[in-house]
Amino acid sequence: MAYHSGYGAHGSKHRARAAPDPPPLFDDTSGAYSSQPGAYPAPGADVAFSVNHLLGDPVANVAMAYGSSIASHGKDMVHKELHRFVSVNKLKYFFAVDTAYVAKKLGLLVFPYTHQNWEVQSSRDVPLPPRQDLNAPDLYIPTMAFITYVLLAGTALGIQKRFSPEVLGLCASTALAWVVMEVLALLLGVYLATVHSDLSTFHLLAYSGYKYVGMILSVLTGLLFGSDGYYVALAWTSSSLMYFIVRSLRTAALAPDNVGGPAPRQRLQLYLTLGAAAFQPLIIYWLTFHLVR
Amino acid sequence: MAFTLYLLLQAALLCVNTITVLHEERFLKNIGWGADQGIGGFGEEPGIKSQLMNLIRSVRTVMRVPLIIINSIAIVLLLLFG
Repeated sequence: MAYHSGYGAHGSKHRARAAPDPPPLFDDTSGAYSSQPGAYPAPGADVAFSVNHLLGDPVANVAMAYGSSIASHGKDMVHKELHRFVSVNKLKYFFAVDTAYVAKKLGLLVFPYTHQNWEVQSSRDVPLPPRQDLNAPDLYIPTMAFITYVLLAGTALGIQKRFSPEVLGLCASTALAWVVMEVLALLLGVYLATVHSDLSTFHLLAYSGYKYVGMILSVLTGLLFGSDGYYVALAWTSSSLMYFIVRSLRTAALAPDNVGGPAPRQRLQLYLTLGAAAFQPLIIYWLTFHLVR
Repeated sequence: MAFTLYLLLQAALLCVNTITVLHEERFLKNIGWGADQGIGGFGEEPGIKSQLMNLIRSVRTVMRVPLIIINSIAIVLLLLFG
């Protein structure tokens, strides 16, 4: 209370020296609490005093505490449900990347022809995380490339004056739908061809997400150098991506246990790999040609 | 092609319905795709045809009851929102 009276006294002194101030916008009710000691319920007058600058109401303080407890309870529930569907530890493996890995992997995606050793190394039967093994698939590059692709599509449409905010959502959901369909088709193919490997859903998601890097490069080249540049970049990125997919899938996932299998099954697995690789340029062209006209 | 999420869900529902309604006795046995016609023994890996037959039978077994529920929801939503 002395604080308030001192402040008021200083304020009045300032006001006496300077020109008359405009009337204050808010009534200064901070002094009113001291004159009504019994007007507030059990939470306590000191609690009311400490938050009166923010809320001015102890009932709101109780509501805030209750709301935060509800929020933390909801967060725990969401975490529990999420852990039942998605194994977060397995997901963390795919995001354990560093800058050197990302740079080398991007270079590998654009020019895979000189890479010699495509084996995925593992230490004691646990596959090494991407930080230590260049051949390991990761989900960081596909995620970032997907977001970059959506933003780049918006930019390209804006340059052609065809942009509207709904188009961004449409582009993102179309690309996401194609990714989901491709992963489902690959899963079906892996099941039908009885491939015995440690190819999980996330591996397939990673390999089908690498095409977004090619898409971004094609669209960028198309924006900078026109339609011819787009087709040249499309051809280059498609061929390097096809080579990358075929080499990665054959050595990392399909080869180890299946070398001595019966011939029809081997052929089936080969068809699966080639089909997955041939699908990439089609989908790259389908998702980007309307952006470069 | 503009894909909304609802369109994708509808397409998936229709595909699963298609696999589930293939009747075992009236249809699959007549074209030689019955579930008990494919077991060639406990030899090597099953071929693609027996994998497909297994897939159809398992989809039918697993998704029978959930599909009733999901189809009812889809019908109600279509009636309400067109």
